[in-house]
Amino acid sequence: MKAVNNHYDVVVIGGGVVGCAIARELSRYKLSIALLEKEADVGWGISCRNSGVVHAGFNYKPGTLRAQLCVKGNKSFAKLCQELDVPYKKIGKVVVAQKKGEIRELKKLKAQGEKNKVEGLQIINSTELKRLEPNVKGIAALYSPETAITSPYLLTIALAENALRNGVCFFLNTEVKSIAKLRNSDFRINTNQGEFISSYVINSAGLYSDRVAHMVSKDKYRIYPCRGEYYVLDKNASWIINRLIYPVPKAGASGLGIHLTPTIDGNILIGPSNEYIKIKNNFSTTSPVMKMLSAEARKFLPLISPGYIIRSYSGLRAKQAPSSEGGFWDFVIEESDTVKNFINLIGIESPGLTAAQPIAKRVVEIINKKERLSPNPNFNPSRKGILRFEEQDEETKKALIKQDPDYGEIVCRCEKVTKKEILEATNNPLGARSLISIKYRTRAMMGRCQGGYCLPRIIEILREYFNLNPQEILLKGDNSYLLTGYRSNKENELCKKKKLLSLAEELPV
Amino acid sequence: MQEKEVIIIGGGAAGLAAAVACKQKGIEDLLIIERGDYLGGILQQCIHDGFGLEKFHTSLAGPEYAQRYIDQVKEKEIPFLLNSMVVNLTPQKEVAVINSQGLHHYRAKVIILAMGCRERTRGAISIPGTRPSGIYAAGVAQELINLKDYMVGEKIVVLGSGDIGLIMARRLTLEGAEVIMVAEKLPYSSGLPRNINQCLYDFDIPLLLSHTVVDIEGNGRLSGVTIAQLGKRGGIIPGSKRKIPCDTLLLSVGLIPENELSREAGIVIDNITGGPQVDERGQTSVPGVFACGNVLQVHDIVDNVSLEAEYIVEGVAEYLEGKLTKEQGIKVELGEGLRYVVPQNLCRIKDTIFSFRVNQLGEKKILIFEEGKKVIKKKFLRRINPAEMVRVKLFSSELEDIKRLKVRLV
Repeated sequence: MKAVNNHYDVVVIGGGVVGCAIARELSRYKLSIALLEKEADVGWGISCRNSGVVHAGFNYKPGTLRAQLCVKGNKSFAKLCQELDVPYKKIGKVVVAQKKGEIRELKKLKAQGEKNKVEGLQIINSTELKRLEPNVKGIAALYSPETAITSPYLLTIALAENALRNGVCFFLNTEVKSIAKLRNSDFRINTNQGEFISSYVINSAGLYSDRVAHMVSKDKYRIYPCRGEYYVLDKNASWIINRLIYPVPKAGASGLGIHLTPTIDGNILIGPSNEYIKIKNNFSTTSPVMKMLSAEARKFLPLISPGYIIRSYSGLRAKQAPSSEGGFWDFVIEESDTVKNFINLIGIESPGLTAAQPIAKRVVEIINKKERLSPNPNFNPSRKGILRFEEQDEETKKALIKQDPDYGEIVCRCEKVTKKEILEATNNPLGARSLISIKYRTRAMMGRCQGGYCLPRIIEILREYFNLNPQEILLKGDNSYLLTGYRSNKENELCKKKKLLSLAEELPV
Repeated sequence: MQEKEVIIIGGGAAGLAAAVACKQKGIEDLLIIERGDYLGGILQQCIHDGFGLEKFHTSLAGPEYAQRYIDQVKEKEIPFLLNSMVVNLTPQKEVAVINSQGLHHYRAKVIILAMGCRERTRGAISIPGTRPSGIYAAGVAQELINLKDYMVGEKIVVLGSGDIGLIMARRLTLEGAEVIMVAEKLPYSSGLPRNINQCLYDFDIPLLLSHTVVDIEGNGRLSGVTIAQLGKRGGIIPGSKRKIPCDTLLLSVGLIPENELSREAGIVIDNITGGPQVDERGQTSVPGVFACGNVLQVHDIVDNVSLEAEYIVEGVAEYLEGKLTKEQGIKVELGEGLRYVVPQNLCRIKDTIFSFRVNQLGEKKILIFEEGKKVIKKKFLRRINPAEMVRVKLFSSELEDIKRLKVRLV
């Protein structure tokens, strides 16, 4: 349904994987929906910065929402990825015991998993571990065949694009400043881009969900950012492991321990660390943690050498448990007790990616109970992503180049991304224009040379496509300009003059 | 599948010189495959002078140096492909190439690897901090400024004193930017002494040795870096950290030979040079595949790249004539004081140029070639610097009948 004058039935705050999944689930019904995201693209808060693991669900206390929704999510994940043309691989996971005492912990995990209805869990001995993972050191392991990997950014983008296709309005660069409850019980949401009016608000603001909740209620939520740093290894190292390699989790820890994750793209991630920090947008990496990561990873994998490292980054967990307490609190997914039609999602940390769709369905259920929603007859669950030239067979590649010579121009040499793919990413349905948006959509700049070869080429493509001044090319959001202008001052002057000229022409005489 | 006698992968300094040399040796059926839209490779963005002193006895700018070879390539009608990326190389010397005309396959009797190198990145050296815009590998900034006419920033810190970093410190100064400093982790510069004089000292740009960047700030654009002084063992000296506001960080922290194709073809790579292990004629572990230029070892000056390319083509010609049979060679052993030696193997007794890098600064050193206890050759080196490649020629007479060869520096 079309919105009138920024009036929507539902406004979703936050374009992470959960917000986008909620928007998509809602678009199955006849509703007018807006999603507000403060960044220049979806997924830039927490969602693009996790391990990309589709968890089986044995790490969570039986009976909790985290356990239930994770197991549900795991079981329907392959179908979701198929509908949305998102890569997915069920590669399995081993939780590796290094000391005898840890074997008991493995058994506990297995029992917990079985209570949660996780299938196929097995305790394996060191010989079996050696067979599965010849390079991993350990005396026994819990093997989970149902654990899988996906691309967290492609999934978030796909959910958003499919929601958009089904009528959801996306507002990027739109930050919620305040929310007022009106007399007619609607909400007025003030943002840096103007006002939105809605009957329902869904607070899926991740790290900032406490702040958004406090805008309308006195609900006592609090989110503590807990940082996890990662190393990314070169694809050359991908032979080292076949599955996800985890340590035995320590009691009361705030994460699952430093693990090794093969990514869907063929890299390996080492991490994440676990550190409560003060500032919610501090995505720095730090030197002590980087040193610790290498040391921890080498405990399982003596073969990992620093020469394989191509990048480091960090993500944040939106934790409800304060640092004094540690551990995990259960997800909060509920209508505010004090403010009707305001639905909070609080503390959606791991396994939020795995559980995104079941979480979204739960939110829809809350609304459905009150409104008896009618289905959107035009809903189409499928979406096509950008075709990856490199993954095609020889004949398809030939046909593609014939059909469009832009497929014959390889812009990113490390990841073998063609000009055609860059153009498709540039012209993405959400209208995200920055370099990072292109990177997440195509993998250009993600390889071992980190954009050394393709960056100047992509800058040229962006400039031509959008007819931009050099200063207008952005790495990510505001103020992340890559270039300060043209080289020679003469041209700079000319450029300025041109701008003045065009301004002068527009002025009424 | 098209058949070729020789395929040269890369149309930069090494590839061009190899092509011209092949033609001079009477090899007619040649093809240069270049991924960029011009020949000359990185030389085209090196608009400063100083190229060609050894080869042409005159100082040329990079594009001028390249043009001397490009003219010859055109004059001799050597075929080349532009905008064409080699995406696969097999041990059978089959090459898959993608360009806008399609996906093509070639098979050659000889492949010459001349892919050059790439720059080491921030990720590879793990500089902590945020990930704002404004952090460039020095060569990327060079391309953006010199070839695309953009300006990358206004207040600049350069990390690493590799030659490209030094050249870019001067270039940015000439374009009106403020280059605050060049910081170098090591107690000596990794750039050529002449570049330190001409690019830094002549422009009053400070070079801070034993200093590195330990933090990066800024969420959108880079807002500043923290630098710190390093002690003898490489640890940060307490109290030496200071913040430097800047909008750009250029990295000149090393070059890595670009051998992804070589690895796919199963060619054995030397872990220290990052290039293929070769014999005295640049032949790799895969017979008929030769390597020259920065893909083999990172050079300081382009003249040596050209010379190396010309030199290996002698081996290419012999290989094509069937004279270069695969013989069990001897491994050149590396002794104290040296980081690497190229070639790593000797197959036959020929005049051979050895290239070395030493592992620290020093004076009055002697490079000794020996077979067991028998000294074959000594060379006195007045000054040694890891930044400067040492090249020594041994004549076939000196190498006759040797069973082992060890090189060391005392």
